[in-house]
Amino acid sequence: MRFVDEFRNAEQARALAARIAARCEPGRHYKFMEVCGGHTHTIYQHGLEDYLPESVELVHGPGCPVCVIPMGRVDDAIAIARRPEVILTSFGDMMRVPGGDGSFLDAKAAGADIRMVYSPLDALKLARAHPDREVVFMAIGFETTAPSTAVTVRRAAAEGLANFSVFCNHVTIIPAIKAILDSPDQRLDGFLGPGHVSTVIGCEPYRFIAERYGKPLVVAGFEPLDILHSIDMLLAQLEQGRCEIENQYSRVVPWDGNLTALKTLADVLELRPFFEWRGLGFIAHSALKLTERYAAFDAERRFAVPGVRVADPKSCQCGEVLKGVLKPYECKVFGTACTPETPIGTCMVSPEGACAAYYNFGRFHRQRLLEVTAR
Amino acid sequence: MTAELTEVLDRIDRTRRARPRVREQRLTMAHGAGGKATQTLVEAVFLEAFDNPELNALDDAAALTAGGARLAFTTDSYVVKPLFFPGGDIGDLAVNGTVNDLAVAGARPRFLSAGFILEEGLPVADLTRIVASMGAAARAAGVSIVAGDTKVVPRGLADGCYITTAGVGVREHPRDFGVHLARPGDLVLVSGPIGDHGMTVLVARGDLDLEADLRSDTAALTGLVDDLLAAAGEGVRGMRDATRGGVATILNEIARAAGVTVVVDESAVPVRAGVRGAAELLGIDPLYVACEGRLVAVVAPEHAAAALAALHAHPLGDQAAVIGRIDPDPAELVLLRTRFGGTRIVDLLVGDPLPRIC
Repeated sequence: MRFVDEFRNAEQARALAARIAARCEPGRHYKFMEVCGGHTHTIYQHGLEDYLPESVELVHGPGCPVCVIPMGRVDDAIAIARRPEVILTSFGDMMRVPGGDGSFLDAKAAGADIRMVYSPLDALKLARAHPDREVVFMAIGFETTAPSTAVTVRRAAAEGLANFSVFCNHVTIIPAIKAILDSPDQRLDGFLGPGHVSTVIGCEPYRFIAERYGKPLVVAGFEPLDILHSIDMLLAQLEQGRCEIENQYSRVVPWDGNLTALKTLADVLELRPFFEWRGLGFIAHSALKLTERYAAFDAERRFAVPGVRVADPKSCQCGEVLKGVLKPYECKVFGTACTPETPIGTCMVSPEGACAAYYNFGRFHRQRLLEVTAR
Repeated sequence: MTAELTEVLDRIDRTRRARPRVREQRLTMAHGAGGKATQTLVEAVFLEAFDNPELNALDDAAALTAGGARLAFTTDSYVVKPLFFPGGDIGDLAVNGTVNDLAVAGARPRFLSAGFILEEGLPVADLTRIVASMGAAARAAGVSIVAGDTKVVPRGLADGCYITTAGVGVREHPRDFGVHLARPGDLVLVSGPIGDHGMTVLVARGDLDLEADLRSDTAALTGLVDDLLAAAGEGVRGMRDATRGGVATILNEIARAAGVTVVVDESAVPVRAGVRGAAELLGIDPLYVACEGRLVAVVAPEHAAAALAALHAHPLGDQAAVIGRIDPDPAELVLLRTRFGGTRIVDLLVGDPLPRIC
């Protein structure tokens, strides 16, 4: 398949792997965090770690939109969905995320009208088709998906669609990266920067990571060769004593981002003073809500939501996994009490969650794997 | 590889093998998706209540012996939406699905029953068209629909038309087939490109604003199975038709039934360009997408060439391929050598295939 197979070429992967191995200083251990859940998924889906030397360790970061949603927000959304006039719309990944009292899937089975959509514009279509109902879009995601929410709200305003609103849970990536850098138990050698977020925000916002924290960052694409290439670029920086922000994904990411998208964002969405992140706690200026101008489309203003903070289950260590402090399998409930069928934590839900990716794709004894594939 | 990781993996393995339990208070859509939740529901609720050796084998069709006759018996319900889609409709699907469950059990399909749950308001022309295509499919497969039932329910209680078919076949071969008979060294074959049906229906539903030139592969496998067994019958351990849950689910069932590991080469799995493209866009792995006219066969290595040649000679099998092998490792998992050259496991699906969002 064109534009796909070129980036999954095994021969080029072997060449890159050899270069990566050659760059590694003997006796040194390298720990890189891939910020984005999309990277985590690619790494496991293609078995990319098979190409990396033992000394290069990939740590999975917080950039999984579903993983960072706290339980209280799920409960709030379900409270809205239980109103008889409401159709709650959501991306498929949200359906199984556990709240304090079950998931969207459970709420749906108990009678709430919750529907899966592929785009916020599908939610708008539903609102047009059901003028007698209140259609609410559960907006989640980083700067990648926020512009499409903003465009949708603008369109709803232009059409005067009074029965449409957004339950806004958009978050921003920079404060999350900063929280990880400030975490005392984290020792990283560099970052694979989020590719799709960067198409919107560009590469400049990462500059502080190199300048103040002394860590290199390479904005990386989502195909497996992109990731190997980005790891090679990080190692090259370390080898040459550089510490910079570089853009591997230049075929998609302009250095300055997408100014039109940023303008639209600024018109429709603004920073909240603080927002709770699953496992990471409250982070200042880390999430978005609708601006005054579009307040009429804010589901939090239209419907009374409980807004109760629900503590994560004691056994859940999603926070440590999101910060990269724990490997998924180091969590006490990984794979036993917490599985993709019966997730306790969010990291086990989304296909981009580190725990789900590891459980679904990587759960095999390494030694046995080598024996089996050699036969 | 740390000792700690080994311990974790062993713990997970024990959990997986523990007796399944439905934890939910109510059924969710995941219980119908053919993945883990379906498996749990079947084992914890139905096997618990019905408990008998014929059912417990959990094959596509139950192998029966009655009055000296070796029979196969199966049933399936059809709730596809939309009722009509490129390449077929709910009618031929309902016939072919049950015919194929019998055929892959190594039986010659003979008689079918059909039960209809019809919604008030369904256009008679639609029903006539559905039933006509059932008749045509039955003739093509060499079966007769000999019993039936109709119920009409008030508007809103059924989405137009649901059909349940059951089928009886005769097991003409003296020996039993079953994927639990898979042995280390056996090869795994698939009879053609995968995912055509599921992707066609997903696109035909129109929710995706996606256009693609796709057609369902719904077809009776009777003739293909005949040719396969004539050419390599001795070497065929077992067959499955890869419907809900796709080839990935079948491979997991093989691994579990035979207590082995199935090793699959992703680049050997035939997938049409249109299906692969649509799946890529939606973030769905074609391995999990339903087929309605494809079988997966486990064949002894010395018979694999003959089996493949027989499949290739049949119009439904011209793109058949060897996609993997049976490994003695008792992990009961499916390992995929990816096109990219890495390795990962292919697990049963959790819930419906959900597109990724960023």
